[in-house]
Amino acid sequence: MVEYSELAAIRLGYGLSPRVPSPTTPQELVDSIQKSRPTAQDLVTDEVRQFQIELQEIVRSDAPDKTMLARAHRRKGSQRRQLNIKRRFERAVANPGGFGERLVQFWADHFTVTGGLVVQSLMAEAFVTDAIRRNLTGKFADLMYAAETHPRMLSYLNQQQSVGENSLAAQRQPKRNMGINENLAREMIELHSLGVGADYTQDDVRQLAKLLTGLSYDPRSDRMFRPVRAEPGAETVLGKTYGGEGRAQVEDIRAVIGDLATHEATANHIARKLVVHFIDDDPPQQAVDRLAQVFRDTDGDLPSVYLALAESPELETHFRKKVRQPFDFMAASFRAVGFGRKKMQNLTLPQIRNQIMAGLAAMGQPWALPRGPDGWPEEAAAWATPQGIAARIDWANRELPKLQKQLPDPRDVLTNSLGSTATEPLEWAVPKAESQREGIAVVLGSADFNRR
Amino acid sequence: MLSRRLFLKSTALIGCSVAAHPLLNTIAFASAPGENRLVVIILRGAMDGLDVFQPYGDPALRELRRTLSVGPENGAIDLDGYFALHPALDSLMPLWRVGELGFAPAVSTPYRDKRSHFDGQDMLEAGTGTDLDLRNQRDGWLNRLLQQMPNVQSETAYSIGLDDMRILDGPAPSKSWAPETRLRLSAQGQRLLEHVWHDDPLFRQAGGQAMEIIGSGVSTVEEENGPTRDARLLARFAADRLNGDTRIATFSIPGWDSHSQQEKVMSKPLARLAAAILTLKDALGDNWGKTTVLAMTEFGRTARENGTGGTDHGTGGAMLMAGGAIKGGRAIGEWPGLADRDLYAGRDLMPMRDIRAYAAWALRDLFDVSQDVLTRTVFPDLDMGDNPGILA
Repeated sequence: MVEYSELAAIRLGYGLSPRVPSPTTPQELVDSIQKSRPTAQDLVTDEVRQFQIELQEIVRSDAPDKTMLARAHRRKGSQRRQLNIKRRFERAVANPGGFGERLVQFWADHFTVTGGLVVQSLMAEAFVTDAIRRNLTGKFADLMYAAETHPRMLSYLNQQQSVGENSLAAQRQPKRNMGINENLAREMIELHSLGVGADYTQDDVRQLAKLLTGLSYDPRSDRMFRPVRAEPGAETVLGKTYGGEGRAQVEDIRAVIGDLATHEATANHIARKLVVHFIDDDPPQQAVDRLAQVFRDTDGDLPSVYLALAESPELETHFRKKVRQPFDFMAASFRAVGFGRKKMQNLTLPQIRNQIMAGLAAMGQPWALPRGPDGWPEEAAAWATPQGIAARIDWANRELPKLQKQLPDPRDVLTNSLGSTATEPLEWAVPKAESQREGIAVVLGSADFNRR
Repeated sequence: MLSRRLFLKSTALIGCSVAAHPLLNTIAFASAPGENRLVVIILRGAMDGLDVFQPYGDPALRELRRTLSVGPENGAIDLDGYFALHPALDSLMPLWRVGELGFAPAVSTPYRDKRSHFDGQDMLEAGTGTDLDLRNQRDGWLNRLLQQMPNVQSETAYSIGLDDMRILDGPAPSKSWAPETRLRLSAQGQRLLEHVWHDDPLFRQAGGQAMEIIGSGVSTVEEENGPTRDARLLARFAADRLNGDTRIATFSIPGWDSHSQQEKVMSKPLARLAAAILTLKDALGDNWGKTTVLAMTEFGRTARENGTGGTDHGTGGAMLMAGGAIKGGRAIGEWPGLADRDLYAGRDLMPMRDIRAYAAWALRDLFDVSQDVLTRTVFPDLDMGDNPGILA
């Protein structure tokens, strides 16, 4: 029998911490998600817009030293991004429950966008603030709408280039060969809502792609919808018709996303993904069914679904079925050695780059760069590879001490991070390490610690 | 993304026993399957074959491309009076002259029309046809080859780097490592970790393999700094292993997706590819003579240059072959031509042959695998056709 506070921290948060006590009931845990809503320090979309406009102005100017100015501006952008990454870690480490931050990670991965050049990378951070955090505790439909229409999603899945073939814009410039790009429409159905196994056809994808035309982003304008780019006429997606007479309008897009978000198949797909991520790579069907039922009964009310997850008996019966991804591993390591909010705030930008970002890359999870729109892999075996495990141990042994000279006694790290859940072989091994460093590496390299 | 291989491997009998007893590896399975070596390099992002091996002898090329692939008059190196080599591969010319570099100019996987990198790479690495759902396809063709080879141990095949190499995924045992991964730990630290992993099959196996690789001293591979360092490290590590009991090594070189400013975009991965091949040759020493390198990409790019100095996703493309074991110094296989009527879908280079047929014949000649096994198991339902005679 594992105490609920331990289960909550290890399975639904970033592990135990000697500094921040974990919530003791499912309701308390779900209430703690509020702490993950946006704060003043989080990078927001408007800030990136401004950055982008300034960069464009430099590049288009006649200034003789504009190359240098542009480089300096980009460097400023990179540093702003690194600050935001530091903030992401700070929130994961200092949040008592950690559940809210884990959910931010989960949804940011469900609606994958990646970094790229500096503007794209900043936008990917702002996406997390404005699309995910702002909608973390509402309805799934609102979260989905915010994610699908965010500038970074529009550029990542090529919606920016998608123009109705019979739109005014295409007719005005016939030589430019403008047309539909299906990328966002396909992933909206296949990855973000119904799921690939659901009952839909290529025609639904095509129709949705036509319906989505008109969505676009321009840093200098607040308008996210340009009717001149929209395909005229009505579109039929999954048997329901949207738009039609008159001017194309963004309300039709909101309507179709609302329907996709509350679809029967979406309830199952989201429930299954949550259970796979938080409980077991091979998800127990009962848990999936329970969450899907709550999703359906509440029209996708996220806090209700979170509560159902937090109350799942499978958290205990499927204990340690998951392997922590590198971000989780690092955040949990910081908590294990007693880092708190202050300590995280005091990390320098070189430390963020050399110890944190380089470490994540070595473990196979370079920041904001999953290989495709399906996000990071969930399977334990994708992470527990020879090079992956070696990178974690080496990081614990050689990089972590660069962030703090005086690390705690490994026996305390063991107790503080695993509580009553440490296995006997680990308790036996830790005191036998040759040095304090290696003792900590044995704790952080163990299966006990790397699983959750 | 790292590999899923170990999960699958843990279900294979040989995989378990070998990994659980590192010592058995060197003692009980000392003999590797033959002396021939194969290196497969996956070029991620769709390499523009028409720019790497420029068919300047085809009059249509000038019509299709104004700034790209401009032939020997503008710095490319003439190969045979018809094709010219991209200047960024200049350093490989000595290999071409002695027959250690060759290419097939117009090949592809069976993947058609959707032109997604993702699916294209999955199909290239799975080695299957179009009849399977790629997202549920988890075996790679190199792994199915291993399943059919005698005397295979986990050391026989290596995937190298942090990239997921699905080409080697599957139940047959193999090894996986990234040359820059370091693990500096005392003997006691290693023993303690092995103790704490013991009851967890996944960690016992993967962690045990890490310790074994570290113990064999391979983590000391070094390369000088510079823009091609990552590729040289991969190649140096591969050569190191191939000089031992390893016979198959695979890694990837990304960065080929040249939608705009292709000249600039391509110069980097081309330099990496050249550096990787030269590092292999250098580090393999005498074993270079028994080595075949196949560099394959998911598909080619549009024959026409686009409006932004680049090319878009296409169909047919080139495969590069290198090594002391090959009969190079020539273009291998048919050339479709670039006239309008010769293009695939009016836009792409027409593939003249399945890229898997070249790989299959190479496997047959390198590892003595029967045609029957190749066309039934390794590349299901492949028509191998005639032997293109890649190997000398």
